[in-house]
Amino acid sequence: MTGFARAVWVITRKDLLVEARTREIFFTTAFFALACVLVFAFGFVQQGRAVGDVAAGILWIAIAFSGTLALGRAFERERHGETLRALLIAPIDRPALYVGKLIGILILMAAVEVIVVPLVALMFQAALFDHALLMLGLLAAGTVGFAAVGTLFAAMLVRARSRDVMLPVLLYPITVPVIIAGVRGTAALLQPEGGVPMARAWLAMLVFFDVVFITLALWTFEPVMTE
Amino acid sequence: MVKKLFVPLVVVGAAMFAYAPFMILAAPYESTMGLVQKIFYFHASCGMAMFLASFVSGVGSAAFLFTKKPWADRWAVAGAEATVIIGLLVLVTGPLWAHKAWGVWWTWDVRITATFVMWMTFNAYLLVRRYGGPGSERLAAAVALFGMANVPFVYWSVNVWRTLHPKTSVIPTLQPGMRGTFWFCVCAFLLLTTVMVMLRSELEKRRQELDALYLAAED
Repeated sequence: MTGFARAVWVITRKDLLVEARTREIFFTTAFFALACVLVFAFGFVQQGRAVGDVAAGILWIAIAFSGTLALGRAFERERHGETLRALLIAPIDRPALYVGKLIGILILMAAVEVIVVPLVALMFQAALFDHALLMLGLLAAGTVGFAAVGTLFAAMLVRARSRDVMLPVLLYPITVPVIIAGVRGTAALLQPEGGVPMARAWLAMLVFFDVVFITLALWTFEPVMTE
Repeated sequence: MVKKLFVPLVVVGAAMFAYAPFMILAAPYESTMGLVQKIFYFHASCGMAMFLASFVSGVGSAAFLFTKKPWADRWAVAGAEATVIIGLLVLVTGPLWAHKAWGVWWTWDVRITATFVMWMTFNAYLLVRRYGGPGSERLAAAVALFGMANVPFVYWSVNVWRTLHPKTSVIPTLQPGMRGTFWFCVCAFLLLTTVMVMLRSELEKRRQELDALYLAAED
């Protein structure tokens, strides 16, 4: 294993180990995602059925909101223990630190999605599993895009004042293409027929977005995190 | 050099804005929309001015992030403030026209959504700078950089579903009387933006110098 991959693995392992022992972020964010779905259900369900293709929107909003919460908590933990400074002093590449944190967040968000996606499919009678592979692709690409920007901003906000408010304020306008592509792609899949080419186009856009934003994040992580 | 240019630019800009209403009054009426179309002279000009300001801010932010030169940060913050103010003009004049021409105040069309997202991003930039505490210039610069990279995505993505806004290809097809007035207004707004950005970056320079003096006095 090269030095870079080793450093990434050590950081991811550390985050997962801390999370496995407390399970704090997983339980709180998963429950928060459920609460989101519940609140939206009251807004968009009439006579026991969801209005239009609202399930796609509810799913992605629940993912984005709970993802913001997970990002905030993951870095709050580092700040609380004064451990981010230690990570920054450690003799590893800054991009390795970023990628390690990103993978930790991705695993956490994926765990929450494993609960939320079937639940939305069940509660809103949404046929999310008819094109399971494409849906998985949309979820994976969307989550990567959201977390790539989110990890950078959550990391750089650790030292800022009023960071709890700042994270969503910065994150939502910037990740809006992910939300658009995710919601539209999922809505296309929910169409009775002919939605598959459209969903593929949105998936391609998500992948393109991921590439650009991971590149930009790796590029800016070093100057932003240097005091 | 910049200081010498400032007063003449302000005078020319003020004269242009004083004359612009007369030119707009004299310009021919558009055949289908009539009087309502005249808001276009200011609306599209503001749009271009907003792009200029955001471009200044984006380039300044990138330069600041990688070279840490204070002048780059001054241009970045000046551009961002101008983007937010001129963007507000764009977002107010747009719905005024849309309500008459399309019958709705707002629609989620390509250009409108992209402008709105960009405006939100630069608001986020200013919020971080203002409330982020010490060292937040660097964070804000990253926001501006991501915001700039975002615009083509939003543009493309909304384009996939529907569009209503007139295309930029409208401009070369303008009638002679309209064309002159239009470019006159564009120049006036670009000049206004330049003056605003110059003034604001000078103010930021003074503020930075004052901060440095305070720090020196405390030591």
